[in-house]
Amino acid sequence: MKVTLKFFASLREALGTGGTLEVPDGATVADVRGLLQARDAAHAQALASGRALRCALNQVLCPESTLVSEGAELAFFPPVTGG
Amino acid sequence: MHLPRVSIQAADFDLSAEVASLRRGDGGVGAVVSFVGTVRDVSAGQDVLRMELEHYPGMTEASIEAMIDAAQARFDIRAVRVIHRVGTLEAGDQIVLVVVSSAHRGPCFQACEFLMDYLKTQAPFWKKECTPEGAHWVDARSGDDEALRRWGVDSGNASQ
Repeated sequence: MKVTLKFFASLREALGTGGTLEVPDGATVADVRGLLQARDAAHAQALASGRALRCALNQVLCPESTLVSEGAELAFFPPVTGG
Repeated sequence: MHLPRVSIQAADFDLSAEVASLRRGDGGVGAVVSFVGTVRDVSAGQDVLRMELEHYPGMTEASIEAMIDAAQARFDIRAVRVIHRVGTLEAGDQIVLVVVSSAHRGPCFQACEFLMDYLKTQAPFWKKECTPEGAHWVDARSGDDEALRRWGVDSGNASQ
């Protein structure tokens, strides 16, 4: 199934604004992060497991254990710093 | 005309005009509390010349709308207005405005602080500080998570 990826802030600078990705049925957000890490050195570094990142599925903050669904919008970004 | 509760905009805002709009036509208002956040000219000992504010269009508005719903459910308040600026901001510029109206001051003060604590840790904004030595993304502060925890809400924004 296909998901739309979005990156923000330092991740956007390292990886671009996002794109689409084919992921297996039943994949979690953590699985997608793992697939992306395997893409190239830039992805491996920006999405490294030791790095504190937040994610949002269809524009709602979610834990990485969340299942992604067909056509979902999945965003990865650093901890937020507004206000 | 129905006023929006949330605006994400590059333009500056006028506190007096926003307070007047929020009060207009509501004779039951007995208290208005506002918070204005501004760009400091120094951060962690470094001069800050300007700041770049990035956000996640769509999610930002929806997340702040949800925070306002939570504040309305929790506190006896009448109306809320939130404005957050994005783009390039100079030192001294206004960044964020939260205005709350209510019949009495207690819930008004509380709701304003609750909304700011929520916004700092849950709304998808990112600040980049530009200093004479270069630009860097601002790190999230664990103190902001602790501020939200006072309301019984776990954020986990700044944690690993």
